[in-house]
Amino acid sequence: MNMNKIILYAALLAFSLGAPFMFPNYVASLTLMWLMIIVSLTWDMTGGQMGYNSLGNIFFYGTGMYVAALIGIGMVYNVGQYTSAAGGGIQDFTPTQYFTGLSVGALAAGVFCAFCALLLGYLLFGLRGPYFAIGTLGVAIAAGELVSNWEWAGGGQGISLPVFPYSLEIGKYFFYYLFAVLGIGTFIFLNWLYSTRFGAAVNAIRDDEEKAEAMGIHTLRYKLITWSIAAFIVGMAGAFSGYQLIQFEPIETAYQTINLGLFMVVCVLLGGKGTLWGPVIGAVLFHTFKEVTWTYFLGWQWVGLGVLVVVTVVFFQDGLMGWLKQIRPEWFGLRVEQRIAAAEAAEAKAEAAQ
Amino acid sequence: MSGAIIEVEKVCKSFGGVHANKDVSLSVAEGGITGLIGPNGSGKTTLFNCIVGYHPIDSGSVKFEGRELSRLLVPQIARLGLLRTFQQTRIYGDMDCVDNMLISIPHRKMSFADMFKHNAKADYEQADRLLDFVGLYEKRFLRAGSLSFGQQKLLEFAMALMNEPTVLMLDEPTAGINPTLINGLIDRLRMANSEFGITLFIIEHNMRVIMNMADHIYCLAHGEMLASGNPSEIQNDQRVIDAYLGAH
Repeated sequence: MNMNKIILYAALLAFSLGAPFMFPNYVASLTLMWLMIIVSLTWDMTGGQMGYNSLGNIFFYGTGMYVAALIGIGMVYNVGQYTSAAGGGIQDFTPTQYFTGLSVGALAAGVFCAFCALLLGYLLFGLRGPYFAIGTLGVAIAAGELVSNWEWAGGGQGISLPVFPYSLEIGKYFFYYLFAVLGIGTFIFLNWLYSTRFGAAVNAIRDDEEKAEAMGIHTLRYKLITWSIAAFIVGMAGAFSGYQLIQFEPIETAYQTINLGLFMVVCVLLGGKGTLWGPVIGAVLFHTFKEVTWTYFLGWQWVGLGVLVVVTVVFFQDGLMGWLKQIRPEWFGLRVEQRIAAAEAAEAKAEAAQ
Repeated sequence: MSGAIIEVEKVCKSFGGVHANKDVSLSVAEGGITGLIGPNGSGKTTLFNCIVGYHPIDSGSVKFEGRELSRLLVPQIARLGLLRTFQQTRIYGDMDCVDNMLISIPHRKMSFADMFKHNAKADYEQADRLLDFVGLYEKRFLRAGSLSFGQQKLLEFAMALMNEPTVLMLDEPTAGINPTLINGLIDRLRMANSEFGITLFIIEHNMRVIMNMADHIYCLAHGEMLASGNPSEIQNDQRVIDAYLGAH
């Protein structure tokens, strides 16, 4: 890494950590932006890097939310009694109970979701292209319906979690840093993962799975591991979200296939599939666009969003990073035949002139 | 001549009513170069696909180093060291040549922890050496998809060598390559056989190429084994000549 890069990363890190103090009115929104970054980065692991477009990653978000909530409550109360009272009356959690519930719940959510991904992946990775997308979407929708009929877990009403034990103001900052650390950790982890043989093999599966098989690559193993890592991270993010939202219900919040479930795909398409920075840039742009339209053009926000999607899909099919790659390949260390030929010709000319 | 490394016995494969392979038996000698010829549509590629597991065979048996393959999956067979290249060349078009080579490191020799390592210096050196061997060293940082068809074939061949196979099955290695490159390719195939010790099993339409290289040739026609023998026997076999010229 050269000096410029180190400075750039340090500045970004400082900005990420300082942002809630610079924009104290927007802490909640910035927290949501980190959530978008996390789900986009993890969606890109399968969608961009591996060529498997999942529409069901929201399943891990919702499942993570539920697992963490049920564990957090179950460690203190009888879950059935708690949910049937809809949180009324018995909502007293000491700070220790709250934080143990949150941390154990989030970890368990991650592990459970990773396990779900292994199981689902085993069943679904036989599907290719649009069939995989529809298959995973089906899982997410079915899960939402199932959970909303599960009275023990709150049914269609959802679950009310305890509120943050200290002041709400501190709570906002707490959740900001929780998401920021998960997001930064995910980014650093993926930066490393994509540079290993693992990353190369996953790209090989995307570019030509049949060839990868013929070369002896353990394709199923790579696909399962990749998806379960993504599921682990999304499950954790879901767990944090549950505690941040305090009250959530199954179809609109936890298994929100048409909102977050699609937004993550749009973010990645906007920023550029199959790149490390694409999902981050896409998530930031998308979130900013969404917040602006929701605030200043209320009533037209969905139209604006639709236009954004159409423009991206029609004019920037490879996203912002893909577009940059095309006009400035040298920034990405790519070499193009014509450029080399032109450079060689220029050299030969210079030599002849001497 | 040493023993057979691939033994195909009475393999049948049909697609609906089309019998692509009927009771095909052959054996590939270890360490040698074996050829497979036959008119278009005679079932050569189908037989390749049957051997490497793409098509589950209807009946018969395929053995590699004495081990039955017909129940194994494609990547499992590849990990035994039995590798094939494709008639329609398959490379990873969006990556440069070096990356294509590095992806082809032999996964069968990798442990679980090896998957999460960076490529070793030796891997890069081996990639460069093999790219040099096929004459693509100058182009190693170009996008593989921007190479000409012939160069892509050479790259695919280099990738196969990177994988350190025991047997390499090549599906028409010289198709679409210009005649001057063909001579170079023949030399390299021979060297792969003699210096790297890789057993070759080659489908080829170019008679000059296959007659020059192979020690033993099988000829398929209409999905059935028509003839087998050394190059001169095949060249003088009236049935082979009839099959190619369309006599009935």
